[in-house]
Amino acid sequence: MKVAATDSAVNISPVPDTWQRRHLLGLEELSRDDILTLLETAVELKTATGGCKEKLSILKGKTVANMFFENSTRTRNSFSLAARRLGADTVEFSASSSSLSKGETLIDTAKTIEAMNVDAMVVRHSTPGSPHLLSQNVGCSILNAGDGPHEHPTQGMLDIMTIYEQRGTLEGLTVAMVGDITYSRTARSNIWGLKKLGAHVIVCGPSTLVSKTWEDFGVEVSHNLDDIIPRCDVLNLLRIQFERQYTRPFPSVREYAFLYGMNGTRMAQAKDDILIMAPGPINRGVEITPDVADGPHSVILHQVTNGIAVRMAALYLTTSVNQREG
Amino acid sequence: MNRTIIRNGRVIDPGQDLDQVADILIEEGKIAGIGTDLGEAEQEIDASGNVVAPGLVDIHVQLREPGFEEDETIQTGTAAAIAGGFTSIACLPNTSPVTDTQAQVQFIQQKASQANNCHVFAIACVSKNREGQELAEMGILTKAGAVAFTDAPNPLQKTDLFRRALEYSRMFDVPILDHPEIPELSQSGIMHSGAISMVLGLSGMHPDSEELATGRDLRLAETTGARLHLMDISTEGSVELIRRAKARGVNVTSEVCIANLFLTDEVMRTFDSNYKVNPPLRSQLHIDACIAGLQDGTIDVITSGHAPCASEKKMTELDCAPFGMNQLEITLGLAITNLVVPGHLDFPALIAKLATNPARALKLSKGTLAIGADADITIIDPESQWQVKPQEFASLSTNTPFEGLTLTGRASTVLVSGEIKLQR
Repeated sequence: MKVAATDSAVNISPVPDTWQRRHLLGLEELSRDDILTLLETAVELKTATGGCKEKLSILKGKTVANMFFENSTRTRNSFSLAARRLGADTVEFSASSSSLSKGETLIDTAKTIEAMNVDAMVVRHSTPGSPHLLSQNVGCSILNAGDGPHEHPTQGMLDIMTIYEQRGTLEGLTVAMVGDITYSRTARSNIWGLKKLGAHVIVCGPSTLVSKTWEDFGVEVSHNLDDIIPRCDVLNLLRIQFERQYTRPFPSVREYAFLYGMNGTRMAQAKDDILIMAPGPINRGVEITPDVADGPHSVILHQVTNGIAVRMAALYLTTSVNQREG
Repeated sequence: MNRTIIRNGRVIDPGQDLDQVADILIEEGKIAGIGTDLGEAEQEIDASGNVVAPGLVDIHVQLREPGFEEDETIQTGTAAAIAGGFTSIACLPNTSPVTDTQAQVQFIQQKASQANNCHVFAIACVSKNREGQELAEMGILTKAGAVAFTDAPNPLQKTDLFRRALEYSRMFDVPILDHPEIPELSQSGIMHSGAISMVLGLSGMHPDSEELATGRDLRLAETTGARLHLMDISTEGSVELIRRAKARGVNVTSEVCIANLFLTDEVMRTFDSNYKVNPPLRSQLHIDACIAGLQDGTIDVITSGHAPCASEKKMTELDCAPFGMNQLEITLGLAITNLVVPGHLDFPALIAKLATNPARALKLSKGTLAIGADADITIIDPESQWQVKPQEFASLSTNTPFEGLTLTGRASTVLVSGEIKLQR
């Protein structure tokens, strides 16, 4: 792969004045305009980097710290690559390898990293609100890379971007998220983002993992995948978050796959142009069978590439506000 | 003879059905008369425009000493009580070591006496070491001065132990206090289970957890005939269960913490750990039910639920942060602002919930202006507008989400056994 520094030749649009957010904590709090700005910037940066392959220098001289208090490979590498594609330096921090095991508090850890002149921190934590806590206690930009089951805004945006690339709009599309909604930050970020862009959102899964209360927020709730498949333009198949569950919410993986696994038989009931998505890591044979995951409707690998685009956009937009405010 | 007269206040003593503008005479630290023609005294306090009430009584206070002196000490906690208008407090046994021996009860009494702020009553553990397995020595502890028994803030999980505790407590005529919660249904919970917890992805504490325990506790109180006091009532279902039990004549009293009377789970959107309390802040439906319970006498007592926490414990991730709010100094102001001003309770009703009833629940000879009683008196300026300033708290800790909030009404003068402890 050729990674060329082509910065001087590329002109990236300046950050619009309407974008005022120093942090990216979640999609619920963003306006429709904010979400469109993120989306358009991501598309532009993807093009400018030749499909997230080439380097720019719009974040040259800036430093991005990856602070992961929970395991991650894909999101962490995606953020690292995004930062480096824009010319930033990166610092890697993980809880197991550093101070937290010595009893340092989260805030002290963040302040220590910030003192190394960091411009943005990418934070993943198992507790909802932890990035919000840091945003109130440090001066740099905070980007939420997943806070427990609460939000994962860049994942929501990359899912939206993937649909947008394929369809040109979100307006009027029916998007179903299938599986573990209760413990899924991806589901929450998707719900807020999709609804603001005019999509009809369905959450589908076992009644122990899909609350009826989502109806209060204008989301359709279903417990029967076969009922909804024919209406869906997009199916986003979520992973079961076994690690967050205290009481197993369904009797067996076999029963789950029987009720909610997306397989060839179910695909036959779907629209011809249905998009199959999964935030990964995918469990083949559980929420999705290999023929579907690798089939012509699958855009799972596009999602991965768009992750870099969205994260470049998020870093560019948030740190520009920091700079503006001095 | 040492005489003090409090002049021209609106004297309210729900215990005597008293609500009139009058003077109160204090002699040698005791109430010596209420009326209009009580003569002269060397010390006079003008209470015009103020409410003169029995010294407020808070039966749900965590003093943290011994063991957690980084949060609060008996010295600072009792000073906070006085600043908040409370002349008597009862402290929970969740210290380290816990209050399950005569020596621990005496330690509390001795420290309280040295602090010389307000009266302090020790609540001892139901179970040895607060482990929920074996009964603590209730007889010896009662003799030493323990006024009630509880494993709170932990619930009494083992039903057989709870039943035995109730049976055994009858011999000493002391109440058992329970924080009703079935831990299986609330474990790792951070907030009320509902739409907000769903959106925030925070683990919820379902009302079922409280209501199943409330139902069990009431049944045990009914069959044993023992005195039960239910702490921390926060749900519509619990209020209804208690209402029905009282109608059947069950020997039960109940309380609600001030925070559960006006804050909804919406505030958790801030992720501010100062809002993390147990019972959790619930929805408006539950608040309305608790207020209705106060109005019809189902809920007898309003407590502060004072739970001071050092800032380093609260300034952390929500799941690591301990439960609790620092409330002693602001409970009266919060109650007047959120219950009296909007018309939910009038002053006599509020004083019943903050003085008369809590004293009765624990059979303390407090919360009264009866002739001959200790002259514990709280004079309340009902109009005073003041701002919550945690940095000026007498409490050692500042864990409150109310910094900068303007409240209406607070204690202007506090007397303990006739001695002025606060005058502002």
